[in-house]
Amino acid sequence: MIDEVRTMPAAVQPQLMRWSVVLPGLAALACALVLPQFANAYVTEVATTALLYIVLCLGLNIVVGYAGLLDLGYAAFFAVGAYTSGILTAEFGFNFWLTIPVAMATACVAGIIIGAPTLRLRSDYLAIVTLGFGEIVRIIARNLDITGGASGLVGIERPEIFGFKLMQVQHFYYAFLVLALLTAFVCLSIERSRMGRAWFYVRYDEDAAAGIGINRVTAKLQAYMMGAVIASVAGCLYAAKMTAISPESFTFNQSLLILLGVVLGGMGRIPGVVLGAILVALLPEVLRGAGTYRPLVTAVALLAIMLFRPNGLWPDKRV
Amino acid sequence: MTLDLVIQQLVNGLIVGSFYALIALGYSMVFGVIKLLNFAHGDIYMSGAFVGLIVFSFVGIWVGNGWLGVVCALLVSMLAVGLLGVVIERFVYRPMRNAPRLSILITALGASMVLNGTALALTGGRHYAFNTDLGFAGVDISTVHITYTQMVLVAASIALMAGMQAFVSRTMYGKAMRAVSIDMGASRLMGIDVDRVIALTFFMGSALAAGGGVMAGAYYGSVHFFMGFIMGLKAFTAAVIGGIGSVPGAMLGGLLLGLLEAFGSSLPFVGSEWRDVFVFGALILFLVFKPTGLLGRSVVERV
Repeated sequence: MIDEVRTMPAAVQPQLMRWSVVLPGLAALACALVLPQFANAYVTEVATTALLYIVLCLGLNIVVGYAGLLDLGYAAFFAVGAYTSGILTAEFGFNFWLTIPVAMATACVAGIIIGAPTLRLRSDYLAIVTLGFGEIVRIIARNLDITGGASGLVGIERPEIFGFKLMQVQHFYYAFLVLALLTAFVCLSIERSRMGRAWFYVRYDEDAAAGIGINRVTAKLQAYMMGAVIASVAGCLYAAKMTAISPESFTFNQSLLILLGVVLGGMGRIPGVVLGAILVALLPEVLRGAGTYRPLVTAVALLAIMLFRPNGLWPDKRV
Repeated sequence: MTLDLVIQQLVNGLIVGSFYALIALGYSMVFGVIKLLNFAHGDIYMSGAFVGLIVFSFVGIWVGNGWLGVVCALLVSMLAVGLLGVVIERFVYRPMRNAPRLSILITALGASMVLNGTALALTGGRHYAFNTDLGFAGVDISTVHITYTQMVLVAASIALMAGMQAFVSRTMYGKAMRAVSIDMGASRLMGIDVDRVIALTFFMGSALAAGGGVMAGAYYGSVHFFMGFIMGLKAFTAAVIGGIGSVPGAMLGGLLLGLLEAFGSSLPFVGSEWRDVFVFGALILFLVFKPTGLLGRSVVERV
C-alpha cells in the first residue's frame, strides 16, 4: 500500500558551499577562536562544557538523527573512553595520545557487543538495551578496583603536545574546539558519503532500503559504532581535562542531556544539533537555583519539544 | 549450596519474581495493542507505590496499619494510577500515533522523565518509609521462615494475573483487545472503538503496575522516586524472556527472572553487587539466541 510518495531529503546532495551557510559559520568560528581572550575563567569553563556537549551531541546525532536509532545509554561510551584513557595513563603510564586509539577500539568492541544482537530486532528494544548498558557500565566502574570504585579514578596525566603541557582552562578550551571542528567535519563528510546515504534510506524507509540492496543491520551497526567512537574520544579528552573521573559523571541523566541536545535543536542536522548542545550546556547554569526541580524542567522541555515542535528549534527546511 | 539456602532463595525468587511478573504483564499488554514499549511503565509502578503510601497513611488513621489498610491502598492506587495511564495515553501516545517510531519513543521517554522528575521534585529525593504491621508470623520449613505476608503477596499477584488472563480471554473487551492487537485497521472497520480499547489497555496495564508498586512498597517497607527505573528495566527483561506480547509469557518470564536473580546472586563468584549485571547478561543472551522469548511470536520489525 502506497500512502504517499516519499521524497528523500536533499541533505544527500552537496550544498556545503553556499555563502549563506559558509559566512555565518566562519563568523561563529571566529567568535569561538577569540572568546578565551576576552572572557573570564567561568565563561571559558562553561564554553568548554558547551564544546564537549557539541562533540557528544554530534556523535549521538549519527545514531539518532542519521540512522534513526534511539540510544539511551550514550554516556556509557563516553565513560568507556574516559576510563580507558584514565586507567592507561594513571595506572600504566601510557602517553595520552596513544590511549585514544585504544579507547576507540574498546568502544568499538562494546558497540558490537551491544549492537550486534539488538540491531537485528525492533528499534525500541535497542532503546531499552542501551539504557541497561548505560547502567551496567556505571555499576562495573563502581565495583572494580582498577576503576577506583565509587570514589573514582584520580591522578590522570595531563596531555602534552610538542612539549607543551595542556594545563589551564583555555588550553582545554582550544583542545575541545579542535575536537568539535574535527567531529563536525567528520559528520559533514559522512553525511554525504555512501554510508551516510545508506543511513538516511534506512531511517526513512527500512524496507525500501533493504530493497535497493542496503544491508540494514550493517548500516545500523556502522552508525552505532561511529557514535560510540566519537563519544570515546570525547571521553579521553574529558578525563585528561578533569584529571579525576567518577562513575557519577556517566549516569542516565548524562545520556538524557545529550539526547535532549540532539532533539532540541533538530535531529539529523548539524547546525541544529550544535545549537541544542549549547543550550544543554547552559541549562545547569540557568537552573542553578532550581535544585531538585532541575530534572523536571529537563523532562518538560523534552516532552514539549516532541509534542509541539518535533523537528526541533532549528529544523531542516529541506525535509 | 545447602538445601536450606536453596529453599530460601526459592522463596526470595518467587516473591521478587511475582512483582516482576506483574510489571512485565502491563508492559506486554500495552505492547500488544500499540506495538510499542511503554517507557513510562517503570515510573507508573513508582507512582503506584507513592499513591499507595499516601492512601495508606490516611486510611491508617482509621483502620490501622494492618491488612485492611494495605488492601485499601492497593485498590485506590490501582484505580488512580490506572487513570494516570489513561491520561498518559491520551496526551502523549494518541497525538503521536501516526508519527515516526523514533518520535514516539522519545515522547514516551519524555513522559517517563516527567513522572520521575515530578516525584523527585515533590519528595526531594528522600526515601519514605512504608511502615506496616503485617508482622513476621509464618511457617518454618527446616530452618527457613516463610511469613504469611510473603505467601499472601505471591498469591495476590497470581490472582491478579489470573484475573487479567481471564479478562483478556473470556470477556467482550478482552476479545476487542486481542482483535486490536492483531489488526488495528480491520478492528476499526468491524466497529470496535479502537481508541477506547487502547485506553482500557493502558488502564489495566498501569493498574497492574500500581498493584505491583504498592505490594513491593509494603513488602520492602520503603518507597523512593528512583525505584521505577531499575524495575522497568527488569520487567522488560522478564517480558523478553517470556516472549513479549504474551500474557502467560510475562508471568513465566517474571518468575524465571526472579529465580535467576536469587540463585545467580548467591553464586560465590557473582555476589549481590553484580546482580543487575547478571540480569542484563541474561537479557543480552536471550536477545541473541531466543529473541522471541519462551512463549512469544516473532518480533522482527516490519514497516
